[in-house]
Amino acid sequence: MANVQTPDALLVKNYIAGDENSLSILINRHQSKIYGFIYSKLSDRDMADDIFQDTFIKVIKTLKSNSYNEEGKFLPWVMRISHNLIIDHYRRNKKMPMFRETEDFSIFSIMSDNVPNIESQLITSQVENDLRKLIEELPEDQKEVLVMRMYQDLSFKEISELTGVSINTALGRMRYAIMNLRKVVDKHQIILTN
Amino acid sequence: MAKIYSIEALEISKKLPKKATIQFLLNYSKALNIIKIGNKNFEILAN
Repeated sequence: MANVQTPDALLVKNYIAGDENSLSILINRHQSKIYGFIYSKLSDRDMADDIFQDTFIKVIKTLKSNSYNEEGKFLPWVMRISHNLIIDHYRRNKKMPMFRETEDFSIFSIMSDNVPNIESQLITSQVENDLRKLIEELPEDQKEVLVMRMYQDLSFKEISELTGVSINTALGRMRYAIMNLRKVVDKHQIILTN
Repeated sequence: MAKIYSIEALEISKKLPKKATIQFLLNYSKALNIIKIGNKNFEILAN
């Protein structure tokens, strides 16, 4: 017995008339072509499923609201809807790109946190130790101002009050302290970076 | 002359949406009712 296939147009008509089974037949008939088309553009199964679902939600709404007027061209019409949704997806993604972990791509290759790793913590601690040793070599008056300013976070006004010198003198001592530190660093080619 | 098929093309043609997606669509369709009043469509989704 010949297997006569109900035309799409008739299934669409029956579905609009209330036959839910017609939709099931239409989806089963065309799912491979439509899903294959979507997947070929996205290469992502979950995303392709989402677009496939959105495509048919639009199909269902259009048919149920009697807005469909392309009898006999059901598949090209559905393909056009999915094509438009794929374009929308790429437009959205351009604004907010999404990365998905695959075998070839690790999400951690583009992600990082701000917490320093063990290596950089060690380097920072070493740099700070070296800097303290250099500060110890400074003349006492310069060292005093620099320590108060950088380590005790005092203002120059407070420093001037505590040391009994004017603000300008405190500023000058700070300036010379930094200049002397730079000279020592340059002379011994010490690298004080993390 | 032999046809040359790429592995990727064959893979795509085999792929189908998840059964859950199809099931969702069929249930959604059954639950959805659109009523037109004037020039406005009202969607009613039965639970």
